[in-house]
Amino acid sequence: MALAPPITAIEALQAHPALGRLVEWNAAVVEAVKFDRDELTIWIAKETIREVCAILRDSAACPFNYLADLTCVDWYPSEPRFEVVYHLLSIPAKERVRLKARLDGSSPVIESVTSVWPSANHYEREVFDLFGVRFTGHPNLERILLPDDWEGHPLRKDYPVEGYR
Amino acid sequence: MTQFPTTVAEAGRETTSGERTLVLNMGPQHPSTHGVLRLVLEIDGETVVRLKPVIGYLHTGIEKTCEAKFYQQVVPLTDRIDYLCPMTNNLAYCLAVEKLLGLEIPPKAQWMRVLMNELTRINSHLVWLGTHAMDLGAFTVFLYCFREREDVLRFFEMVSGQRMMTSYFRIGGLALEPPLGFFEKVKKFADRFPGNVDEYEGLLTGNPIFMMRTKGVARLSTEDAIALGACGPTARGSGVDIDLRRDAPYSGYENFKFKVPVRTECDVFARYLCRVEELRESIGMVQQALAGMPEGPIKADAPKVVLPDREKMKTQMEALIHHFKIITEGFAVPAGEVYQAVESPRGEMGYYVVSDGTAKPYRVHMRGPSFANLQTLAKMCEGGLIADVVAAIGSIDVVLGDIDR
Repeated sequence: MALAPPITAIEALQAHPALGRLVEWNAAVVEAVKFDRDELTIWIAKETIREVCAILRDSAACPFNYLADLTCVDWYPSEPRFEVVYHLLSIPAKERVRLKARLDGSSPVIESVTSVWPSANHYEREVFDLFGVRFTGHPNLERILLPDDWEGHPLRKDYPVEGYR
Repeated sequence: MTQFPTTVAEAGRETTSGERTLVLNMGPQHPSTHGVLRLVLEIDGETVVRLKPVIGYLHTGIEKTCEAKFYQQVVPLTDRIDYLCPMTNNLAYCLAVEKLLGLEIPPKAQWMRVLMNELTRINSHLVWLGTHAMDLGAFTVFLYCFREREDVLRFFEMVSGQRMMTSYFRIGGLALEPPLGFFEKVKKFADRFPGNVDEYEGLLTGNPIFMMRTKGVARLSTEDAIALGACGPTARGSGVDIDLRRDAPYSGYENFKFKVPVRTECDVFARYLCRVEELRESIGMVQQALAGMPEGPIKADAPKVVLPDREKMKTQMEALIHHFKIITEGFAVPAGEVYQAVESPRGEMGYYVVSDGTAKPYRVHMRGPSFANLQTLAKMCEGGLIADVVAAIGSIDVVLGDIDR
């Protein structure tokens, strides 16, 4: 089974309910799209992430009512360095979509989506703990896996595998 | 939608009765917390006012470790995340990497994967049932469950040589052919097992003490279950009709017939009934897998990714070279990213694997079902009694290795 080349044209992918809804609402929030290995990724302007999530959750045709996963990827040393990744699932329509927002390495800050899905609470704390990305509007942004006095954020690429000596 | 307050426990708050609240620490070494889960409870007499889970005691940085390993070296690490269902973790990771590579898996390997996965589900649910019942005071069930679990672990040992950390699924197929006599033994077990489930149900389902401890306890409404990210039997016990084996079939699950048990009572008893019903469905799938097991190879035809057979490696130059290259250099995976979710015994187990085109994964993120389910615990327990916290923990079936990673 050979891999099909990814599709990156917005027009070719508008049949997907998530992208269709976003383009209908405000096409300017969509920075880029990619359809690769049967999965759709949409890059979102980072200022609008909470609104986009709320729009997708309340979409009538295909409500993405479930936040399956929230994580981050560090692309150090390139800029923008961080990509916050949201995996959404629509339980009634059985559709999935991946949203991404790019953040600068100097001030990785993005709006929290806990007001859209309360389940984002622990995931955002985990990303804050391991990557040092800050979520504004999060009710309780503190370390979750590591001790409170831990130095650094271990999943950053410039953090050595064996830890600092 | 319900607004969820931040759960920060704080002593000395005024209660309605004019008393002041007290903060009680439960765990991390409490026997009913199934590992090292610490709960900070703010209590008013016997009533839980707030609950705050404190986790991280088992954090070993597996996600960071993965980034320093070859793709095939990550498989044994995945066993150690959710140590009650190692095969499910293997499967999710292998499927993700196979999707990145565009590998086609032969039918026999797919069916074996389903067979072993359902046995894993039985294994995991038996541990859950035994410990959950023991937490609630029914000790006999524990002994019965571990008797059958021993049979399942013996099957794991037969195919992989290991009882718990199996690493039996590899990228591109399986590690080994199942040994002679394996299918007959599983068949015997599968014929006997429904009778065993009747035994457990005979001890618990109609038992008045068990029902009083579980019915109407730790309720979680359907809306809250979705909003708080519940998955697996925890969600199905709250009326959310979701099962990835049916909704997004992987590894040949579309060839199997099974029912997805969903209950709408939203309490501990409903979650118990869902899981017991799943035991019966799983053994049905084991029977189907045994009856329809196809013949053929157990590894994909991809010499640059899959290790050659031992005999070929000893006799053929080309196979020896492939073996040497895979072991010393790994294999490059085309750049891209994949989120592969499978239905683990606890819910959606998702692997997000990012490749930058080299032989080591750029990022591996595990979406653990217990991590998601743990967030529902505060909602279930607040307003209930301390004794019911134990029932609630048991009913969401937490595995701390899966939460802390």
